Amino acid sequence: MTAHLPAAALAAYAAGDLGPDNAASWTVEVHLEGCAECRGQLGGLTGPPLRELLGDAREAILQQARTGPRPVPRRRVRRFLQRWTDWSMLAWIAITGSAVVAAFQLDRTFPDRPSLVLLLAPVAPLAGLAVAWSRRANPSWEMLAGTARAGLDLMLRRTLVILATVLPLLILAGLALDRNPALWLLPCLTFTAATLLLGSRIGVPVAAAVLGGGWLTAVAAVSFAGGPGPTLTAAPAEALMRAETMPGWAAAAVILALLTLLRADDLRSPANWR
Amino acid sequence: MVRAVSAHEVAPTRHAWTVEAVNLTVKAGKHLAVNGLDLTLGTGVHGLLGPNGAGKTTLMRALGTVVKPHGGLLRLLGTDATRGRELRDLRSRLGYLPQQFGYYPRFTVRDCVEYMAWLREMPSAAVPAAAQRAIERVQLADRADARLKSLSGGMLRRVGIAQAIVNEPELLLLDEPTVGLDPEQRVRFRELIRELGADSCVLVSTHLVEDVVAACADVVIMNHGTRVFQGLPADLTRFGETHGIGDSPAERGYSHLLMQHRSGR
Ligand SMILES: [Zn+2]
Repeated sequence: MTAHLPAAALAAYAAGDLGPDNAASWTVEVHLEGCAECRGQLGGLTGPPLRELLGDAREAILQQARTGPRPVPRRRVRRFLQRWTDWSMLAWIAITGSAVVAAFQLDRTFPDRPSLVLLLAPVAPLAGLAVAWSRRANPSWEMLAGTARAGLDLMLRRTLVILATVLPLLILAGLALDRNPALWLLPCLTFTAATLLLGSRIGVPVAAAVLGGGWLTAVAAVSFAGGPGPTLTAAPAEALMRAETMPGWAAAAVILALLTLLRADDLRSPANWR
Repeated sequence: MVRAVSAHEVAPTRHAWTVEAVNLTVKAGKHLAVNGLDLTLGTGVHGLLGPNGAGKTTLMRALGTVVKPHGGLLRLLGTDATRGRELRDLRSRLGYLPQQFGYYPRFTVRDCVEYMAWLREMPSAAVPAAAQRAIERVQLADRADARLKSLSGGMLRRVGIAQAIVNEPELLLLDEPTVGLDPEQRVRFRELIRELGADSCVLVSTHLVEDVVAACADVVIMNHGTRVFQGLPADLTRFGETHGIGDSPAERGYSHLLMQHRSGR
């Protein structure tokens, strides 16, 4: 604020010459609300009876601040956790984590077979997405679903938390198996975006079930159709996730993610909760 | 500190009604729980009465933008509540207490109210003070840092009311807010909603006719998904002077109107 109140106006206001019905008092008050300097000057201009009253009020307030309840401390960590995570996701993290570890162990034991981690990786975040939008897992879904942040905001936060949990696990598994983790990270992102996009139409948990179940059964069906034994090595998961197919996965991930952002309005719809 | 005046506060009201429903239908599962409802509500406290299965909770969910209407027109605070694009702004001006108040048991009262304030996009700096004020208004200041799992049913209901009013909503929806409250708390609750109804639209769904007569300026009775009656509590009482069954004139009026509706179908 550059222009301060003229001394005359301030003096008139302090003396009470500007009544509440006088429009000039509004300008003075609006300026005073935002300007500490003029408020300080106003203090100096007020008469003794008023100044005494203000002094008493100040004493009383300070007294109450000393004897009253302590102010609540700022709880940054707690607030951060509340806003980014969700209790319901803890159980999911445990389950997905142990599934990836189990798949990793099997891959270690039978290095000649098609990689189970590779099979599991694209759909690993899906269970988390399903839980994050599940009415059963979120006791307060009815309160969440009707709030302003229930659309894109909550979606991005929850998806990021899920990916931040799953991706490091998959990267570690990939490095330990001596394979390029990028091979399954891109399919992982593609499936995540596809789930959110389909979820904006039919509900995220249903979309996760359809895509995750679809992927696993399709891959399993093709594998078993090839018969047991050495043909298993030509498992479709391996065929789909090779260095040559990666540009395709990347393009799909980008397109699906963009479409999801464009459909943000639909994500606000309560139907995403199932 | 300078209090920020939001655009909503100074904007002139462009809508005639806070809630405007025309031929509204809402599905609960496969069946139409709200079936061709016409309803207009303005500023003040409105009571929503009806027998179990009348469609009250489904209507409250639709007004809370938790369930999408199946058909008809629904305008809340002047915006079309069926359009996703409008929902974000609308929802930051809503307060909603669902019939089933689900919660995370490890949250404290303050956690819960602050979290809901944040979800309704209150400015971060304003959240702690607003939460404290809401908690004080439901007389839970002494339990503000207690975990929700340690609270009684009546206290939980009050936490639910606190989270619904924390953003000073223009449209406040309370589904069965007095369940579990003792008589003294119920009287205090009525005072609170009368206060809130002075400058916002409050809709209280309840099965207690006495709550409505004591606290509401307007009564809406629903049956089979449609509106049976809308008028003053005094009108309801007047019906009960000559007709119906029940302990009080208002209850008799209520039962009479319901019977009339059933026989007219
Ligand atoms: Zn100044």
